[in-house]
This record gives sequence, structure tokens and C-alpha cells, in this order.
Amino acid sequence: MTEIHASNHAHDEEHGDHGHHDPHLAHHFETPAQQFDSGKLGMWLFLATEVLFFGGLFVLYCILRYNHPEIFSYASNYLDTVMGGVNTCVLILSSLTMALAVRFAQINKPKWMVICLVLTLLGAVGFLVIKYFEYTHKIHDHLVWGSTFYVPTSVEEAEKLGGGENPVVTTEPAAVAADFVDPSDSEQELIPDSLMQKPATSVSQIKPAQMAPGGIASMAEGEPVVEPPYSSGANHLEDADMPPNTHLFFGIYYCMTGLHGVHVLIGMALIVWLIVRGLRGHFSHKYYTPVDLGGLYWHIVDLIWIFLFPMFYLIH
Amino acid sequence: MVDNYLTYTRGIKSWIFTLDHKRIGVMYMVSVLVSFLVGGTFAILLRTELLTPGKTIVGADMYNQFFTLHGAIMVFLVIIPSIPAALGNFVLPIMLGAKDVAFPRLNLFSYWLWIAGAICAVVSLLMGGFDTGWTFYTPYSTTTETGGVIAVVTGVFILGFSSIFTGMNFIVTIHKLRPPGMTWFRMPLFLWSIYATAMIQVLATPVLAITLLLLIIERTLNIGVFNPSMGGDPVLFQHFFWFYSHPAVYIMILPAMGIISDVIAVHSHRHIFGYTFIAFSSIAIAVFSFLVWGHHMFTSGQSPLMNTIFSLITFSVSIPSAIKVFNWLATLYKGSISLNTAMLYGLSFIFLFTIGGLTGLHLGTLNTDIHLHDTYFVVAHFHYVMMGSALIAMIAGLHHWWPKMTGRMYSEFWGRIGCLLVFIGFNVTFFTQFMLGSQGMPRRYYDYLPEYQVYHVISTIGSYVMALGFVLTAVYLLASIMFGRRAPANPWGGRSLEWQCTSPPPHDNFKTTPRVGNCYDFSAVVWDEKQQGYVVDRSLDPTLNEPADKA
Repeated sequence: MTEIHASNHAHDEEHGDHGHHDPHLAHHFETPAQQFDSGKLGMWLFLATEVLFFGGLFVLYCILRYNHPEIFSYASNYLDTVMGGVNTCVLILSSLTMALAVRFAQINKPKWMVICLVLTLLGAVGFLVIKYFEYTHKIHDHLVWGSTFYVPTSVEEAEKLGGGENPVVTTEPAAVAADFVDPSDSEQELIPDSLMQKPATSVSQIKPAQMAPGGIASMAEGEPVVEPPYSSGANHLEDADMPPNTHLFFGIYYCMTGLHGVHVLIGMALIVWLIVRGLRGHFSHKYYTPVDLGGLYWHIVDLIWIFLFPMFYLIH
Repeated sequence: MVDNYLTYTRGIKSWIFTLDHKRIGVMYMVSVLVSFLVGGTFAILLRTELLTPGKTIVGADMYNQFFTLHGAIMVFLVIIPSIPAALGNFVLPIMLGAKDVAFPRLNLFSYWLWIAGAICAVVSLLMGGFDTGWTFYTPYSTTTETGGVIAVVTGVFILGFSSIFTGMNFIVTIHKLRPPGMTWFRMPLFLWSIYATAMIQVLATPVLAITLLLLIIERTLNIGVFNPSMGGDPVLFQHFFWFYSHPAVYIMILPAMGIISDVIAVHSHRHIFGYTFIAFSSIAIAVFSFLVWGHHMFTSGQSPLMNTIFSLITFSVSIPSAIKVFNWLATLYKGSISLNTAMLYGLSFIFLFTIGGLTGLHLGTLNTDIHLHDTYFVVAHFHYVMMGSALIAMIAGLHHWWPKMTGRMYSEFWGRIGCLLVFIGFNVTFFTQFMLGSQGMPRRYYDYLPEYQVYHVISTIGSYVMALGFVLTAVYLLASIMFGRRAPANPWGGRSLEWQCTSPPPHDNFKTTPRVGNCYDFSAVVWDEKQQGYVVDRSLDPTLNEPADKA
């Protein structure tokens, strides 16, 4: 040990961090194996923090679902199980290609490794594209978070509803009703008011909706909504059976899937970096630590989705 | 002059981009001490405001911002990073016999994250400040009109990741970079406590991160999860917050206990008593720390069963804590004690920590807590633990390793005077607050009834004495850099590895891998008149079977 240290020290003086015969061995490690083990342990610890990070949201989910089970069984119908299912498959497949990439690095086939990384990246892109369609569809249907859930999101919608074409509007939550009593007033001003600007006021605005949610449509139409609430284009605001506080489901849905999406983006950045380094020939069976660690990260992203999918889409 | 880590490279860039754990530790130390100055200034302003009932220097709204700033700065910018990130970074790899921490780049990144978090806190002041208290309880934090809440919560979020990365780095370093001979049970106890701390940092901080993220989302997007009128649960925020922040209390105190274990042993020149017990009690405290968060919510409408369970587990934390205190006392017994400044702070710690710990039992008891909850008794209790223990231990460690960090000796005379001022000032300030609290003075109140005034005046005078002590400390420490005599490699007679390299240490810590002996066997340490310091006589230590060269 003593000799190694002494000889390394001379190198360090000259080359700083990369003074060894092995260009990837940092100066404070004795052997590449030690460095690899350290990196791996560090990555596992980081994954533990990721699990706890999402763990907070999982606990929040459990508590909300325990307190409001009816919201979850109701609102889950609005999610597109097919899209979610396809996305699950896409992610699992991308995890497979990621694992293969690591394997190809281990058996010294860097070309195949890069191909697998590109496939993984394509999987990630595919996931996000599908997620994008899901989100835009939801937002189009006002299936959004918080008090916005109960109000029209766009000026056109507001005009349509405020113009009295849709009788449901008149029995909307008090806030909305008050905002649109006189549609000839400038909606441009009213709409932002009814959005998120003032949490305190919008809270009080929502209350009436929770008090008598069931009566909304029946009061307007005189008969319950015929079509199932989850059919395409259905407006939850017209649904008499919508349980109070349904916005909570979408609040946590966007939190969890959104945060997961951010992790997918980070993962994609990582994979791009790995591909670039792979193309430059940085990796071989002697040194593939970044591929291994990037793979671990990608698997946790995948794993979190595997929990999210049944938690939101498959509730009956 | 011998090449050391301070002179190894020069220029501002060599510091900004340094990967050397010692320089990063020094940068942390400077940043933390600057934050301490800011947080301390707010403390003095608070105490001055409380000299008289009603307005003394600032109005009620400003007062709310002051105590929030004082709390947030002291907790997130000072105490949490002070020992692990500042002293730990400097000392841990050297104590271990390693050249650096496992991930030097991550280490530097985590320092700059700390700076980013601090900048967010400053930005929040420019955006109108925040008056939520350092705990950011909902629904107040989601509805308050002060504009800086999101900025400061983002800052704390970032600081959390700085803390996580430091913790990860330390765990991997301790697991993977121990040189041959450095077994787990040969590690100095400071390393055990840093290890336990790092575990908490890694496992608890992510929960704070997600909680703060939810708070930001709640405030901006109004998703309603913490809002009772939208079907959410405000006590849930408290659960989330304390699931981190109670373990965070141990992030503060565990490394402090580690410093004290080493300071007490070295300055009594006596083998630490009950090494394994102290080591495992650190781990036990880390484990218990995750199971007691509910004791912050005894009056928040938790079920009586939960309260009872949390109260019971809270009491059990006193077992490992008491194990440590008794072992320190046993170490002192028949030791040849040098009453150096570091040791005086160490002894202060034992005294103050005992008071802080025992008053914690009053608060952990369900029925007394109903009376004492949210009074000055709580304020006094956690100041005894956070400041009287964690910060005092940090200052003990700062004095203990100051010669190693700077290569200079400070004036012991002024050091002792400073310690005395801090000790007396501290007790006058906060012991009074126990009395205030037990008589019903609520915390965080701007105004109070006239009968409390005498206590408030005494407490404020105490805080001025303490401030004087800290100013004096700053003066003689800074003066020592200019005028202090050069420090020997081993001024106190320590056995752990950092005392075997020169003061200040060379860039790579050790030219050759050091021989690891029993770091608490002081029989082999002898005074060397020529060096004006201690040296290890290899022939006297049976664990070192061959004479080896000293670094």
C-alpha cells in the first residue's frame, strides 16, 4: 500500500486528478474496482433518496385515498387505461434495452451498447409523447388540479358557458356563477380572478360546490346525465355523481406523474450523455461505470411508473 | 515552508473550482460563520425588541419576519451544515486516512448548491421576506401575504440536496475509502457520529424536499392537499415536515456528540470510556430519530394512542443520549485534564446538553406538554440543545481543529475568557426562558404582559453577554491567523490520524498511507519539547508493531 501511495503521489503532482496509468482512476482511489464499488454504492444511496422523495408522495396518495376513497374510484375512470398501459410497456421495454446496454458494455461490444442506448432513448421519447397527448387531452377537458377543476379554463369556454348555452353553468359553484352572472362584463378580467391568483378567496369559492355537488346537473337538467362520465368529451362539470373534492385526485395525479416526467427528462439527458460518450469510444468492459449507474437510474424511473400506473389507472 | 493545502495552488479560481475536501471544508466554514453572524444579528434584534412590552425597535410584522429569518438561517444555513459539511469535510478523510472524500466533484457541487440556497434566501428578502416561522406550517404559509415564501422554500429545498449529497459522500467514503488497518471499531467516534448523521441526511432530507415541493405547488397551483376547505389535511404537512425535521435535530446533535467524544478524550489524555457503547448509541439515536416526529404534534389533534406511542419512543431516545453523557463523565474520571478552550467548550456542552436533554422529557410527557407547548419553555429547551449543544460543540471542534486548519495557535487566555462569556451569557439568556415559559409566556409573541418584563430584560442582557463572547472569539481567532505562533502537528496530544500530518495538512493529506493504531490509546503520546507539540512514540503502542515514519 505504502509503495502505491508513494508512486501515485508523484503522478498526482504532475497531472492532478488523472495521474494514473488508468485514465479513469481518480487520484484518491487505489484500484478501479474500489472506484467502481464506490460509485455504485453512491448511486444506490441516491436511489434510496429518490425512493424516499417519491415516498412522500406515495404517503400523500395513501392518506388522500384513505380519506376520500370515492374520489379515486370515480376519477380514475377519466384516465385512459390504454394509453397508460402502452406507456407501461414502453417503459419496461426501455428498461430491457438499458439492461442490455449495460450487458453489451460488460462483454465489450460498445457498438451494440450504443444501439441499445438509442433504443432506450426512443422509448423515453415515446413515453413522453404519449404522456403529452394524455395531458393535453385532460387539460382540454378541464381535468386539472385545484379550484381550476371547477371553472372553465379558456376564454372561449367561459364565453360558451357564460353565454348560457350550457344550462349547467348556472348551477356551477357559487364563484363561477357569480363571475358569469352577467356575461356582458369583460370576461378577460373575470377569468384570471377565478383561477389561482388568490388561494384564500378561491378556497371559499369552492366550498358551495362541495356542499351540494350532487344537485348540480339535476337542478339544471331535471334529469341525470345519461352518458357515462368517462366517455370521450364528457365534461365532469356536468356530472351529477361527481364526488366532492375530486380535484384532489387530479392534483396528486399531476404531481406524481409530472415529477416522474421530470425524472424521465433527466434520464433522457443522462442517456444522451452516455450515447455521446459511447460514440467517442469512452466505454469498454474495463470502464463502463457511467453506463451502469445511468442504467440503475433508468430502472428506478421505470419502477416508479410501474407503481404509478395501477395506483391511478387501474382503480375499480 | 512546507507545502500545504493552502499554498498548494493559488488564486481565486483554485478555491472556486477546488476538489480538495479541506478547501471545501474551509469554504463551508467561512460561509456558515457568515450566516451565523447574520442569524445572530437577528437574534440580538429580537432580544432587543423584547426588552419592553409593545414596540421597542420594530413593529409586529417586522418582528415576525425577524424570528422567521433567525430560525430559518440558524437551522438550515448554520447548524445543519456546520459540523458535517464544514468540520466533517475537513476532518473526515484525514481522520480516516484517505486522500479525499469518495466524490470530490459532488462535494464541490454540494457546496455551490449551499450557496445557491443561501442566494434564494436573500432573494426572498428582496421579494418581501417571509413571516411563516422556520417551520412553514400550512395553511398560513400558503396564504400569507409576504412575497418571499416561495423563494425561501426553494432555497431550503436546494439546501436539502446539498445536505443529501454531503451525506452520500460521507457514507461512501467511510465504507469504501478506509485504508488497511482502519477497521470500523478503530474509527474515531467522530466518524461514527458523522456516519449516523449521514444516514439521517440521506434518508430524511428527501421527505423534506418533497414536502417543500408540495408546499410550493400548493401555494402556486392551489392543489388543495394541505387545505382543509378543499378536502386536504393541514396536519399532514406537519407530519411530513417533522418526519424530516425531527431527524434533522439529530443531524445537528449527533456530529456534535462525536466532536465531544473526541475532544473529551484527547484533552483528558485518557482512553474514551465505552467506545462501542458510544458508537452504537449514535446509530441507535439515528434509528430512533425516525420514530419520534409525532411529539411535535401532541396538541395538533393526533389520536391519543399515537400520542402515547410517540411519547414512549421519545422517552427511549434519552437512553442512548444518557449512555453518551455517562461515558464522557467516566472518561473524565481520573483523566489528566487540560482545560484548553476546546475542552472548556466540551465541558460546557456536557452541562448544557444535560439540561437541554432533561427538559426535553418535560415536553415529551403528554400532560406537561399541554401546558408547556408553544411557550418559551420550548424555546429554551431547543436552544439548549441546538445552540448550547450543537453550536457549542461546533465551536469546540473549531478550536480543537483550528491549529490543523490554519496552522496557527490562538490565544488560550482570550479563548477561555470568550468561552466563559458565552457560557454565562447563554445560561442567563435561556435559563430565564425556562421560567418564562413555565409561567405561560407563549413563543413567537411580539407583545407580553408587564409581569414578564423582568425575565425578558435578564434574558436580553444575557444575549448581549453572549454576543460579546462571540465577537471576542472572532477577534482572537482572526488575530491568530495574522499573529499566532505556528502550530505543531499535534498540539493537544491526539492520536487520530489528522494529528499525524502536518499543520496545515499537505494537499494529499498523507505522503504515505498512515499506520492506524488505537486512536484513543494516549499512553504512546509523549510531549516533544523541540516541536512544542506531542508526538506518537511508536514503541509504546503494541498495535503498531513496527516503527514507521511520521508524516
